[in-house]
Amino acid sequence: MSFIKTLINGEEGLFKGDTLTQMQKLALRFVVVGLVFYAIVVVEGMIMRVFEVQAISLFSQEQFFAIMTAHPLVGIFGSTYLIVFGAFLFLVPFLMKKPLWSIKMANWTLVFVTVGTFTFWLAGFLTHYAPLYTLYWPLPADFNQFSVWGGTFFILGIALVMVGTALFIFNTFKTIMYTPEGWEKQPAGALFASAIGISGFKNLFRKEKKDHLVSLPVAAIARGTVDMAFNTAIILFTGVLILIYMLGSLMGFDLKTTAIDALLYKNWFWWGLDLIADGLVLIFVAGTWYLLATLITGKKLFMENIARTALLVELVVSWTVWSHHLLSDQAQPGILKVLSGEMVTALELITQGLAFFITLATLWSARPLKMTNPLKFLLGGLLGFALAVPAGIMQADVGLNRILHNTQWVIGPHVHVAVLVGLTMTLYSAIYFLFPILTNGAKWYSEKLVKIHFWCHLIGGIGMGAFMGMAGLNGMLRRSLYLNGEFNTYMVLAALSGTLLLIGFLAFFFNIVMSVGVKGAIDIFLPAKIKGKNLLPE
Amino acid sequence: MVDSNVVIYGQTLAYTFYCIIIILVMAWFAYMVTKSGEGTFVKPKIFYTFVGFLTVLGVSLHIITYNTIPWAELDLNRANYTPDKTFVITVQDHKFTLPTDKMIVNVNDKVLFDVQSKDLTYGFGLFRNDNSMMFQMQVVPGHRNDILWQFTKPGIYTIRSTEYSGPKGVFMIEKDVVEVVDPNGAAK
Repeated sequence: MSFIKTLINGEEGLFKGDTLTQMQKLALRFVVVGLVFYAIVVVEGMIMRVFEVQAISLFSQEQFFAIMTAHPLVGIFGSTYLIVFGAFLFLVPFLMKKPLWSIKMANWTLVFVTVGTFTFWLAGFLTHYAPLYTLYWPLPADFNQFSVWGGTFFILGIALVMVGTALFIFNTFKTIMYTPEGWEKQPAGALFASAIGISGFKNLFRKEKKDHLVSLPVAAIARGTVDMAFNTAIILFTGVLILIYMLGSLMGFDLKTTAIDALLYKNWFWWGLDLIADGLVLIFVAGTWYLLATLITGKKLFMENIARTALLVELVVSWTVWSHHLLSDQAQPGILKVLSGEMVTALELITQGLAFFITLATLWSARPLKMTNPLKFLLGGLLGFALAVPAGIMQADVGLNRILHNTQWVIGPHVHVAVLVGLTMTLYSAIYFLFPILTNGAKWYSEKLVKIHFWCHLIGGIGMGAFMGMAGLNGMLRRSLYLNGEFNTYMVLAALSGTLLLIGFLAFFFNIVMSVGVKGAIDIFLPAKIKGKNLLPE
Repeated sequence: MVDSNVVIYGQTLAYTFYCIIIILVMAWFAYMVTKSGEGTFVKPKIFYTFVGFLTVLGVSLHIITYNTIPWAELDLNRANYTPDKTFVITVQDHKFTLPTDKMIVNVNDKVLFDVQSKDLTYGFGLFRNDNSMMFQMQVVPGHRNDILWQFTKPGIYTIRSTEYSGPKGVFMIEKDVVEVVDPNGAAK
């Protein structure tokens, strides 16, 4: 087949949009839009990497910080949330062996998150609203620095994302608990208890253990979704608070920012944000590792009951861990610094360490395995967290935090390695696994491009984190600019590593376009010809 | 008190060593899991040993640092110490206002930096001439932000805001404003 024909029809013309079910199209739409936002994040990341080396005249410093504000939010909500939502909206019905509660609601989730992400991104791009995602009070309401209109649209965009997220949460729990029409009545309360871990917890004290009503990956999805629900409420509340100040300013009232305590706000903010960073991300990732390990090997999960308990512990840990972000806040009570900031945070070493070990042990039980694409990326994801979690534990120490807080160490070896290598490679593993299922057997255009994608992403991600970390250890701050090239050696090396990431992504993007074809990619967004809620064609 | 760059050096060595080991372990695993042989179940004893190791590691890290990094104890119990010198610094409109007299400190003196913000959340960090960080803290409006530090070597230090407070925060640098001198010798 010629290049042009493959570009239009996909590899060997195997991908046919009209053979897809509504559910397959739904999942693919989420993934495609999520990948488009990921492309924006990669480009923005490269702009910032270049700007850290040399302040290019194409962008002002205000624009640089506006990009820095939107970058993680587009990455979390526009890309990761959408890819995860797409995968879970397909997997929960698949694992529960019953249809999704509402396909319509799932489509609205996609619309809200997409429009919301684009809205806050555009508001930041046009008006340079840049309080960063940390939103340290009273910065988001500082209208001497930032446009009040830009901020209003920025916050509205975030609110739209949260509405979409709330719909996903509702749909997920409804799917776990509801009884499909014409089916025998399902025990909604017992299913809910099993999903969030209440029945598993009771089992610890029972002589006769009861069977789990939901599988382990569904339990992980449900427990991560609990954190997501709390976080959504907190972000919405925070957004409303900021909007009140913005609307006040638009109407000519100067509301006193001192009415809000900056330290209390900081505690509130980090409590909410850690429900994502130290909660649902770790819980979803562990659940995905378990699912992938069992699907790849066809074996039972090693130490399944311990894995379930660890997921529950992780959920509780995520509610009590926030103070490690406030170790450098001198007014923060010492007891919170030590108990929440140090000790509870150290539990994450245990819970993530267990997930790491259990996944490897499950894979080991099935050796020899073929080094498939999902396995390759899964191992990359495991390595990412094995590198990033100890880096985080180190900075969550009263002594070390004094010389690491807000340096490039935090954002390099910890955040970027966790997100880019740990989380993203786990997501790629799931995408490579689900691709033939969601496309009814479409083939990858090029295995060589998959290899390029893997190695460029792995080396680029670890390399970027490492060079940022070296700069951080030498005193380079995050969320700042060094206009005299003080750390240029590290920043050039980090930019080169970032270029590898970009090459890896382009290889993946080109491969996926050539695999499904332009026609197929457009077809994904057209209404499905196969009606009904079936996951796969009969 | 040891200088903070000694601690950074130790941390760099420890983390680099760990990274090399874990990358090698994963490479070994990736090779072995695809090699011909028979799949075996990992013995629970190995699993529980691993859990025990992580628990000991997680807890002992903080105990070790508390007992080896001197400013950890000094920081948590700073209310119980009497500083040899106190410097009050205010911050407003992205500008540090320093004491009128130059901030000169004797080696081994315990110095309290009391930094107050009148508007936004800022940071307060002391940096060496090579841009490496001596220490930092957050400066939150409406709250007391103080840090007690004992300098062990003579030197000249620059103050820089270590927290983002808007694009103007990049320029919050007060060069060479803290001088540590050895009363028994010349400042280096």
